[in-house]
Amino acid sequence: MAVTPDDVRHVALLARLGLTPDALNAYVAELNTILEHMDVLSRVDTEGVEPVAGIGAAGAPLRPDDNKPVELARAIADFAPKTKDGFFLVPRLSSHEEPGAA
Amino acid sequence: MTPSLTAAGIQKAVTSGERSALSFAKASVDRADEIGAGREGLNILLHRDDSAARARARSIDDGIEKGQTGLLAGVPIVVKDNIATLEMPTSCGSRILDGYVSPYEATAITRLARQGAVIVAKSNMDEFAMGSSTENSAFGPAKNPLNPALVPGGSSGGSGAAVAAGIVPIALGSETGGSVRQPAAFCGVVGVKPTYGRVSRCGLVAFASSLDQIGVFGRTVNDAALGLEAVAGLDPLDSTSAAEPVPPYHDAARGSLTGVVVGRPREYFPPELDPSIRERCDAAFDAMRTLGAEVRDVSLPHTSLAIPVYYIIAPAEASSNLARFDGVRYGLRIEGDGLQAMYEATRSRGFGREVTRRILLGTYVLSAGYYDAYYKKAQQVRALIARDFANVFASGVHLLFTPTTPTPAFPLGAKSDPYEMYLSDIFTCTANLAGVPAMSLPIGRVNGLPVGGQFMASHFDERQMFVAAFALERALGANV
Amino acid sequence: MSSDARANEDRYEMVVGLEVHVQLKTRTKIFCGCSADFGAPPNAHTCPVCLGLPGALPVLNDHAVDLAIRAALALCCNVESTSVFARKNYFYPDLPKGYQISQFDKPLATKGCVTIGTRVDGSKVNVGITRVHMEEDAGKSIHDRFPGATAVDLNRAGVPLVEIVSEPDMRSTAEVDAYLKTLKQILEYVAVSDVSMEEGSLRVDANVSTRPRGETKLGTKTEVKNMNSFSGVVRALEVEFARQCAVLDRGGKVEQQTMLWDANAGEVRPTRSKEGSHDYRYFPEPDLPPLLVPLDRIDRVKKELPELPDARRARFKDEYPSLAEYDVAVLTASRAMGDYFEAAAHRSGDAKAAATWIMGELFATLKATGQTIEHFTVRPADLADLLKLIAAGTISRSAGKQVFLAMVKTGDPPAKIAERDGLLKVSDDASLARWIDEVLADNPDEARRFLGGEKRLQGVLVGYVMKKSNGAADPKRLNQLLATRLGS
Repeated sequence: MAVTPDDVRHVALLARLGLTPDALNAYVAELNTILEHMDVLSRVDTEGVEPVAGIGAAGAPLRPDDNKPVELARAIADFAPKTKDGFFLVPRLSSHEEPGAA
Repeated sequence: MTPSLTAAGIQKAVTSGERSALSFAKASVDRADEIGAGREGLNILLHRDDSAARARARSIDDGIEKGQTGLLAGVPIVVKDNIATLEMPTSCGSRILDGYVSPYEATAITRLARQGAVIVAKSNMDEFAMGSSTENSAFGPAKNPLNPALVPGGSSGGSGAAVAAGIVPIALGSETGGSVRQPAAFCGVVGVKPTYGRVSRCGLVAFASSLDQIGVFGRTVNDAALGLEAVAGLDPLDSTSAAEPVPPYHDAARGSLTGVVVGRPREYFPPELDPSIRERCDAAFDAMRTLGAEVRDVSLPHTSLAIPVYYIIAPAEASSNLARFDGVRYGLRIEGDGLQAMYEATRSRGFGREVTRRILLGTYVLSAGYYDAYYKKAQQVRALIARDFANVFASGVHLLFTPTTPTPAFPLGAKSDPYEMYLSDIFTCTANLAGVPAMSLPIGRVNGLPVGGQFMASHFDERQMFVAAFALERALGANV
Repeated sequence: MSSDARANEDRYEMVVGLEVHVQLKTRTKIFCGCSADFGAPPNAHTCPVCLGLPGALPVLNDHAVDLAIRAALALCCNVESTSVFARKNYFYPDLPKGYQISQFDKPLATKGCVTIGTRVDGSKVNVGITRVHMEEDAGKSIHDRFPGATAVDLNRAGVPLVEIVSEPDMRSTAEVDAYLKTLKQILEYVAVSDVSMEEGSLRVDANVSTRPRGETKLGTKTEVKNMNSFSGVVRALEVEFARQCAVLDRGGKVEQQTMLWDANAGEVRPTRSKEGSHDYRYFPEPDLPPLLVPLDRIDRVKKELPELPDARRARFKDEYPSLAEYDVAVLTASRAMGDYFEAAAHRSGDAKAAATWIMGELFATLKATGQTIEHFTVRPADLADLLKLIAAGTISRSAGKQVFLAMVKTGDPPAKIAERDGLLKVSDDASLARWIDEVLADNPDEARRFLGGEKRLQGVLVGYVMKKSNGAADPKRLNQLLATRLGS
């Protein structure tokens, strides 16, 4: 499966990575080389093998519904890039911009 | 700091009142200055807060006077910069967290403090733990204290180097594919990767969640054992941490190798293995036999698939874990024309080459149409790799012993091809994939450079590993 | 319905499935101990976990699991003994980790069903539930508070949700409305959520497709979002259906896209996102082992389930035959109302009287005072006792109304109020005679005429005596006594 520049462009967009055209081309070549090494996996017989789904035969531990969060030693305003009146601020979204929209 | 002083030695001196914790803290930072651990020199330490360390040491001394004690009372410690501390930044070797000071601390840090340890510095690392040489740090590469033209290994190179340079007897690092054991081997110190779930990941900045563990470097096996004992154990803040009780690992020094079956997996001794490294391993096996162990040839047939499996799973999980670095709530923000521009400017400026490469790779293998062929397939083959270990351990083998790395420390800049760099993990990443504990200790020198041999045990059988490591360390003695 | 709409209805059929998100009523968030309460100052209820700080990890809320199981069982779903959390990856400022922890191919529950009505022939109209799964809520993005900026509040980030996905079984907006009302009622009965669309604890996304009548294959569906009320859902679907019909009429193909409802304009508009850009790259959440729900836990939750609306309605019909169907529907509208009615009915021994009083005076009072039945000052036992006093003739019905009003104000028991306020029914001839004498003395003109034989003034005089006696006079005996004085 060869990775095309369009593939990398699409994936870079999904990951909000903002690649320059030069960087893009370099990554296309690198990804192809790396993924070539992964081809060997397609030849492995994994019929009936359950993918590893985390350790813990005991399953997810459950905590009681009581109000004890980890306290912050520093106020949000101390580490946030931009806040106002307690809100985080980001550049305004256009009105119909949907979550996850590329 | 006398280079030969161990954690146990320091703890004894401090708790007996013979020497103050403050004096050890001072000696530690003096040593860091002496060898040039900072930016202009070896670049193994990124942040120091000497006055905070002194204050902490003083409070330990006050406590000692009142009769308090701790497993690591007064012991100076270095912590990899991807572990959250309240004092000193947690930058993960990345521009995107340059200057970020965590508002909460990792559970492992709280536990170290409870045992009386004094954290003196945060160490350099490959950016977000992605690398095998600490050359991928946004703050410049770290250099091996044994030979500054060489890498200290990675991604926890700074921590391994700090122990090797005698700054501290114990350091915390993190493991995802070998990032503690490999630098331990390159720097000539002990490095332990616990069983997955043995040590809480709360406060360890995630790279690959199903593989990550905080690991421990030690000057000696006993140092590493004490360090692990201090931090291990169930944490209600980490759903993947295990309830297994934590035995006193340092007690394993009294164990014996009589009747212990040590497996020699043939896949880790390929024909092309460096003959000097093979020789050191053979000597180690001989020493084990002399101590009463039986050495048995075994096979872990899916070993050759480990690198492809690792380099699909780790980047995939990383691509998701690193999505939170978006300039909104903390860390670097580069404003742009609108929100999407802000995301892209922040992340393109904030992440380095290797991180970007892995995020692209990870996003690709998870994306629609590729998930089954790559990520799901890799997790299935991972199950086969884990099964190899389970089968061997179920067949009467207690431990496995292999070389830690295929070569000793290589020169800075030697490995420019990403995949070639990935191959450095070839002997270590299997343990991360299977979740089994593993540790590296020095087993000799090749061309004057240290090489490491690695023990691997079954899940939560760190004690068995330590028994063998203690015994081997004693047997090999000054020859390493 | 307009003639256009009727024409569409004749030729085309709408097929609707709904995805309903419900906030679970826990004290703390799903993966951390922050308060899940509404209304705090921005970002007051946050911690490293729900802020998505580096190194923070999720730990699952036990009570959220119980509530999710309860919801699933109430919808007749099969609860899986193992379900898996998964990451849904996308970028949005109120999604702190850059992914939402949800469930993907191994949800908590599957294959449920709700009955939304009965057809004329008596057969049930059912809507299938495909799945119920757990996930975390995102924070809030506020776009118009500061110029040029979006304000992000993460108090809501991490509040536990269940997502309830229906089969595409609805064929009209009437069915959609019935489904939503049924769902809301069931979930309110089992007390898992406030289920208020207005408050945001219930949100609806719709999937709608159109096909020619008689066609069995499904058409291309669009997703419709941004409705704020049940009527909004109905209107939005009507508009989108009409739009799809128009497309098909033109010979075109409905494009798979997401439409946003604009309630002010009464329009649906496509969002800006390109098709295929929603690649969420789901994979199992490595920070959480699978959720194991053993059979005995499911059994416990099942045993603790209260009586559900359908079952309650059927039982009321059976146990209280004096009630009309309408009464039953009203009295079972909420669980608390049904509980109240039953307590009052059992204690008073007269279901019909209890029903009448509740649907009359009590409802009026709730409306006027703004109280809820759950926190009403008049306890069902006290209402029952009031009904018994009236039934026994100890107080008249009109006195009873006064007693009730006093009960609302003070919460005191009825007997005490009746005595204190002199409302006990007076039936002894001496007292009644005395009042009659006083009334006749106060109203000489009517008195003369009544005593002269004008029978029709009796009602007026009865009214005067009732007023003078504060409603305590026994109207029956009063009438008898007055009658004897007529024409005397």
